[in-house]
Amino acid sequence: MAAAAVGLGPLAAEDFVHAAEQGAKPSVIWLQFQECTGCTESLLRTSHPGVDELILDLISLDYHETLFAAAGHQAEAALQSAMEKNAGKFVCIIEGAIPTKEDGIYCMIGGRTALEIVNDVASKAGAIIAIGSCASWGGVPSADPNPTGASPAHAVLQGKTVVNIPGCPANPYNLLGTVLQYATYGTLPALDEENRPKFAYGRTIHEHCPRRAHFDAGRFAEKYGDEGHRLGYCLYKLGCKGPATHANCSVMHFGEVVDAWPIGLGHPCFGCTEQKIGFRMPMHQTVQILRPSPPDSYPDINEEQGRISPVATAVGGAVVGALIGGGYVASKKLSQAPDDPPSSPKTGV
Amino acid sequence: MSAHAPAAPVGGHLMTPSMRLVVTLFGIGAAMILWRLIAGLGATTAMNDGYPFGLWIAFDVVTGTALACGGYAVAILVYILNKGQYSPLVRPAILTSALGYTLAGMGVALDVGRWWGLWKVPLFVWRWNVNSALLEIALCIMGYVVVLWIEIAPYLLERYKNGEHATMRRVARAAIPALKKASIWIIALGLLLPTMHQSSLGTLMLLANSRLHELWRTPLVPLFFLLTCVSMGYSVVVFESAFSALGFKRKPETEMLAGLAGIIVPLQFFVVALRLVDMGVRGVLGGLFAGDVRSMMVIIEMVLFLTPAVMLLSPASRRDLGHLVRSAMVMMFAGALYRFDVFLVAFNPGAHWSYFPSVPEILVTVGLIAAEVIAYVFIVRNFPILSGGGTAAPERQAA
Amino acid sequence: MGITRRAAFKAMLAGSAAVAGVSAATRPVSAAPLEAPADALGLLYDATLCIGCKTCVVKCQEANHLEPDTSGIDAKYNAPLSLSANAKTVIKIYKGDEGESYMKAQCMHCIDPACVTACMIGALTKGPNGIVAYNVDYCVGCRYCEIACPFNVPKFQWASNTPQIVKCELCRERLGEGKEPACTEVCPRHAVIFGKRAELLQEAKRRIAAAPDTYQPKVYGETEAGGTQCLYISHVPFDKLGLPTLDDRPAPELARNIQHTVYKGFIAPVALYGILGAVMLRNRRSADKPEAES
Repeated sequence: MAAAAVGLGPLAAEDFVHAAEQGAKPSVIWLQFQECTGCTESLLRTSHPGVDELILDLISLDYHETLFAAAGHQAEAALQSAMEKNAGKFVCIIEGAIPTKEDGIYCMIGGRTALEIVNDVASKAGAIIAIGSCASWGGVPSADPNPTGASPAHAVLQGKTVVNIPGCPANPYNLLGTVLQYATYGTLPALDEENRPKFAYGRTIHEHCPRRAHFDAGRFAEKYGDEGHRLGYCLYKLGCKGPATHANCSVMHFGEVVDAWPIGLGHPCFGCTEQKIGFRMPMHQTVQILRPSPPDSYPDINEEQGRISPVATAVGGAVVGALIGGGYVASKKLSQAPDDPPSSPKTGV
Repeated sequence: MSAHAPAAPVGGHLMTPSMRLVVTLFGIGAAMILWRLIAGLGATTAMNDGYPFGLWIAFDVVTGTALACGGYAVAILVYILNKGQYSPLVRPAILTSALGYTLAGMGVALDVGRWWGLWKVPLFVWRWNVNSALLEIALCIMGYVVVLWIEIAPYLLERYKNGEHATMRRVARAAIPALKKASIWIIALGLLLPTMHQSSLGTLMLLANSRLHELWRTPLVPLFFLLTCVSMGYSVVVFESAFSALGFKRKPETEMLAGLAGIIVPLQFFVVALRLVDMGVRGVLGGLFAGDVRSMMVIIEMVLFLTPAVMLLSPASRRDLGHLVRSAMVMMFAGALYRFDVFLVAFNPGAHWSYFPSVPEILVTVGLIAAEVIAYVFIVRNFPILSGGGTAAPERQAA
Repeated sequence: MGITRRAAFKAMLAGSAAVAGVSAATRPVSAAPLEAPADALGLLYDATLCIGCKTCVVKCQEANHLEPDTSGIDAKYNAPLSLSANAKTVIKIYKGDEGESYMKAQCMHCIDPACVTACMIGALTKGPNGIVAYNVDYCVGCRYCEIACPFNVPKFQWASNTPQIVKCELCRERLGEGKEPACTEVCPRHAVIFGKRAELLQEAKRRIAAAPDTYQPKVYGETEAGGTQCLYISHVPFDKLGLPTLDDRPAPELARNIQHTVYKGFIAPVALYGILGAVMLRNRRSADKPEAES
């Protein structure tokens, strides 16, 4: 499923296993900063491959604060030795935003600020992946007024290529597909201008939504629980951000349960992958359609066009009336004006 | 033959109370013009793809130039038909024409979408599409505006002939005789050009062909436009002369104006008769009784065309200045209505399209008229245009 | 009343001359039907095949760098109501007594285009392959072409303060690259196809002959308005699809003939100028003689 997610073809899965068996299990160092651990949690709920197969057979998870049995100095030591042993080759996965205000004291692990840690680890990484909206663009910690100066990984790691996998949480298969492609072939998937893998973030939800036919036909749910909502109509009017949100939730559901994603459950998309939308735009505010397409209806051969403004009609009528009326009244004055004295009979005509 | 004192500036203050109102209207119009230039035609006008020609074409350009045919009509009378007794009317008529055509030109520049390219029309001779009636109209109007201002130049310069300003005195004394010598050929141009383009304004809408209603779609449209513009020209001269007299508290020249107005009578009878004959020949006379809006507009047009003729039939009625002016106003309205009808009512893009000018469109038109009034009053007060009543020997003005 | 009679006489003379002149003018110069240019290209739209998918509308906008037209029903949709500044082609629907049909509208590329006759300094020209092309460099935005077109095709960018005229140009830039127009390339049912007009006309007639009960017995555009390069065949009457009923005379013929008759070689204007000058000279000379009452 991870291979399919990346679009690597049916035999890629075998390649993953094969590469792993050759002893080429890539080292993965997973850093966690201002985050809720939701992205890790959602990774735990995969089964194709499952986390067990992932960390036992496919990758070498050399540092992960949540999943580690070790703690304290032992964990720190593991981190250092993994960095040295695999310098230039390991995959650095960053979960969570990095606070930058006041030299980054708002997140400290083992006596070091998140800023220091990420700069240290990322400097030796072979590939850097930011998992989740927090690491990709700032996420919840960066919501106004952003008192800690929470920043995405790419803003802190200037000059380095950081693959962004936004989402709250990100779909774990997006991460798996990217990591395994790198592990097996040493390449990263094609990225868009925000360094998000195109296989997952190349389309908006709207462009691949199962309820799209309802949108095109103008069938909308207007209130939670109304007839339209019950019939599964489009949630645009309830504030769905799908038309402006790039993600693949509509085709890769969560928790490996069919329809386990917001729209599938009858709730409008929240736009969690987009910096301008998630935690920024009000939940129920409608969003602009990015690339409008034709609806299900057709214009008539002779559609009514052009509008006659009643105000303009009144003004026009007033002007004409004033001219006619004024002219008439003035002409009356002329009838009273003294005429030319009568002159020779051959005057005029 | 009534004798007239030579033309002289009227004098007096420009900013009378009524002039203040006119200036305000111009100010509002100017603001709308600025908005049109910044925001574009869609934001300020109600024109659309069904009605791409709107109030500014139908009134400001087409009707406006017809109302500015006073100079043309009086010039025919004085210079071709040799009726010298009307020569005191030449100056104000030419002035009204010059101002009217200049403002019509401004109306065109505002109406077209890419006005910065208009200079190419007269200059790109190698690209002239001689099949286009609009090209001919554009070139003739551009030429006629120039001719009108050349025609009026000697009258304006007269003020400086014996004035204090040395350079202007030299210019005036050199230019006036030169212009007088060339005047026949300038005036001939000033008679040729309106004949050409006023008729072509009728031809213009014939290109819409199948989309022009059959009651108006005749090859005689150019002739009807030409004849009615002459009637409208005389009417404007009557109107403007009478109200100048009223406004500047001078004696009106009722006898002369009665003579002008009398010409309208046979012209209008002829136009109506010819229209009916033409409809009969083309087999569309029955359409007059269709009872729909368009057929009713044609009937109203004909009635309005006949009304001034009937009003002016008796010589006695022509002696009352108020009556003269009312007939002139009816004639102006009739001619305007005919042109509106050809451009906006006869033109049928389909019943699903509708158009009525927007408020900014109307305000711009009113503003342009206000500008003309301001310019007219200013020039008439400061330059020798109007002649008063008096007992001086008859004097030819030009030619 | 001397002057009235004289004026009336002159007017009637002018009128009779005008009537004679213009009736000569409006008689068609030649009664033979117009011939399309030998390399004329065009479209054939078969209304019986169209499924109303509107892919042609979207692809046309893409190929011509037009924004979606959201002015129609709702800002949420790319739904032009008719041809517009953002739609060089549009799909409409007819549902009525004569049946149901979709209708694709675009420039007809007439053999004798009224818009080309209208345009003052030739922004619209009939060029290679008979395609009616637009060159904004010579456009002043007067919109006379919109008045002239019997099919109501050219549209104007009202929302812009540097507006242009917008209409289908048969994707002439793509033709230059060896491609076909965007609409015909993407049509999933080949309801609209591209080719030489002569061949399309033949194909249209072949289809009608092969299924006479399905089609209206005529190819629209063969002779209408002197013939057009975009042709239509349909199962419902053409006027129901918004295609006007026109005879075979070219749309600009009437106006053009009047212009030609009056201004041919510029003889009449020059002659009139001479006459006017001569009359005024004579008047001036008689005025310099002792004054005579007139």
